[in-house]
Amino acid sequence: MRKQIEEIAAKILMIGATVVVAGMVVLILGTVLWRGLPALSWDMISQTPSGGYYLGKGGGILNAIVGSILVAGGATLLSLGLALPVALCLNVYFKTQSRLAGCVRASLDVLWGVPSIVYGAFGFGLMLWLGLRASLLGGIITVALMILPIMIRAMDEVIHMVPREMLEASDALGATRWEGAWKVILRQALPGLASAALIAFGRGIGDAASVLFTSGFSDRIPMSLAEPAATLPLAIFFQLGTPFPEVQQRGYAAALILTAIVLAASALARLVSHRAGRFVIR
Amino acid sequence: MDRDSIRKGLDRWGRCGMVVAAVLCILLLLLMVLGLLWKSWPILESHSLAGLFLSSVWKPHGGQFGFLAFIVGSLCITGVAVLLAMPVSLLTTIYLSEYAGRRIRAVMSPLIDLLAGIPSVVYGVWGVLVVVPLVKDYLAPLLGRFSSGYCVLSAGVVLAIMILPIIIHVGTDVLKSVPQGLREASLSLGANRWETVKHVVLRRAAPGLLAANVLGVSRAFGETMAVLMVAGNVAVIPKSAFDPAYPLPALIANNYGEMMSIPQYDSALMLAALMLFVVVLGFNLLSRWVFSRMELHISG
Repeated sequence: MRKQIEEIAAKILMIGATVVVAGMVVLILGTVLWRGLPALSWDMISQTPSGGYYLGKGGGILNAIVGSILVAGGATLLSLGLALPVALCLNVYFKTQSRLAGCVRASLDVLWGVPSIVYGAFGFGLMLWLGLRASLLGGIITVALMILPIMIRAMDEVIHMVPREMLEASDALGATRWEGAWKVILRQALPGLASAALIAFGRGIGDAASVLFTSGFSDRIPMSLAEPAATLPLAIFFQLGTPFPEVQQRGYAAALILTAIVLAASALARLVSHRAGRFVIR
Repeated sequence: MDRDSIRKGLDRWGRCGMVVAAVLCILLLLLMVLGLLWKSWPILESHSLAGLFLSSVWKPHGGQFGFLAFIVGSLCITGVAVLLAMPVSLLTTIYLSEYAGRRIRAVMSPLIDLLAGIPSVVYGVWGVLVVVPLVKDYLAPLLGRFSSGYCVLSAGVVLAIMILPIIIHVGTDVLKSVPQGLREASLSLGANRWETVKHVVLRRAAPGLLAANVLGVSRAFGETMAVLMVAGNVAVIPKSAFDPAYPLPALIANNYGEMMSIPQYDSALMLAALMLFVVVLGFNLLSRWVFSRMELHISG
C-alpha cells in the first residue's frame, strides 16, 4: 500500500513539474504577445527612427531589423565557410577514434559553453588590435565566432548520421576522399546542414551581449561594412531603458518581432530537415 | 598534368586545408585564454590578488578594483537559479523519459526547444513585465520585506527558466543511456516503476544528472542580458534574496562604454571576462569528464 502511495505522490510531483515547464513557455510567449501586439504597427516595421524616437516621437525600428538580419546573416555565411570544412573533415578525413578529432570536438563543446559576453569582450579586444571601430563588420566577426561551435557541432551530428557505407562505396569506386566529402556526403547531409545553419542564425540574431560593444548602434540602415549597425536585441534593451511608457510599449513590440524572427528561423530549420529529408538515401 | 594527378593533388591539399581549419578551432580556445590574460595582465600586475578578489571596494576613479561584491552577486543569483531549476528539471526529465507516452513527449519536446530558443533579451523583457512586479508587490510584502523587485530572487527565477531546457535536454540523454535491461530486471523482481527509478535508474544516472546540472550552472553563470535587466545592478554584497545584486556579466556589459577613459578600467573588465571564462571552462570540463567516464556522447 505504501508503495502505491509513494508512486502516486512521485507521479503527481513529476507531472506537476512538467506542467510548470510547459506553462512557462506559454506564459512567456503569451506575455510577449499580449504586451507587444497592441503596440505593433506598420510604421514600426517599415520606418527608421525619426529624430527623438527614444523620447516618444514617430518612426520605427527598421534600422534594427535590417541591422540584425545583416549581422546574423553575415555571421552565418562567414562561419559557414569554416564550419562546413571542419564538420566534413571531422567525419571524412579523421579516423573514427582519432585523438585529434576528440580534441577538436571537446574544444568546440567548451567554446559552445563560453558566455556570449566573453565573446563580446574578446571580439572587442580583437577589433582594437585590428584597428576596427564598432561596425557591422565587427559585429559580424564576433557573432560568427560565437555561433561557430554551435554550427559545427550541429553539422557534425548531421554528417555523423550519413551511413558510413556511402563513403566506403565512393572509396571503392576510386573517388578520392575529397570527392567523397564534397560530392557524396555533402549532398546527403544538405537538408540537415541547412537546418544547422538556420539554428545558428537564430542563435546569432537573438544574442545581445556579443554585439553590445562590437556592432555599435545607429539610427540609419548601414550601407557599408564599416558603418555601425543597430541590432534588435539592443534596440529592445534601449527602449525598455527609457522612462517613457510609449517607448517601452514599442520595446515590447520589438521583442515580439525578435521572437517571431527567431521562432520562424527555428520552424524553418525543422521544416527543411523534415521535408527535404525525403530526397536523402537512408 | 593528367586528370588523376590533379584529383590526387586536390585531395592532398584539401585534406591539409581542412585539418588546419579543424585545428584552428582548438587554437581559437587557446587564443581566447591568452587574449583575455594578456588584456587583464596590467591589473593583475599592479594589484594584489587579495585586493582584487577579497575586497568589495569598487572605485575605478581611485584605482580600486575589488571584485568581491560582483563575485558574490554572481554566485547568489546562480545559486538561486540552480536551486529553483534543479528539482523542476529533474522531475520533468524523469517523467519524460521514464513515464510519459509518445504523445506527451511529442508535445513537450518542441516546447522545450522553444524555451531554449527564446532570446535572452526577451527573457529580460518578460522578467521586467512579470517577475519583477510579482516579487515587488506580492512576494516581498508577503514575507514582510521591502523590495524594488529588481533583486537576486527575480534574476534567479528568470535564469532558472533559461537553464531548464539545457538540464532537461542533457538529463534526457543521460537517462537514455541507462541500459533497458536494468529496468527490466528490477521490474521483474516485483519493483514498481517508481522503485525502479529510485533504486536502479537514478543510482546509475546520478553522476550524469549532476553533471547536467553543472552544465546548467555554467550557462547561468555567464548569462548577461536577462540578468542585467532584472538584477538591479547595485555594487553591494546582497544581504538577502530581496536585495539587488550586480553580477559579473552585467558589470562588463554596463561599463564598456566608459572604460577607455579611466586608466586600467578596461583591464579590470577584461579580468572579469577572464573570470567568467575560467569558471565556465572549469564547470564544462568537469561535466564533460563525467560524461566521458560514463561513455556518453553529449553536445549542448
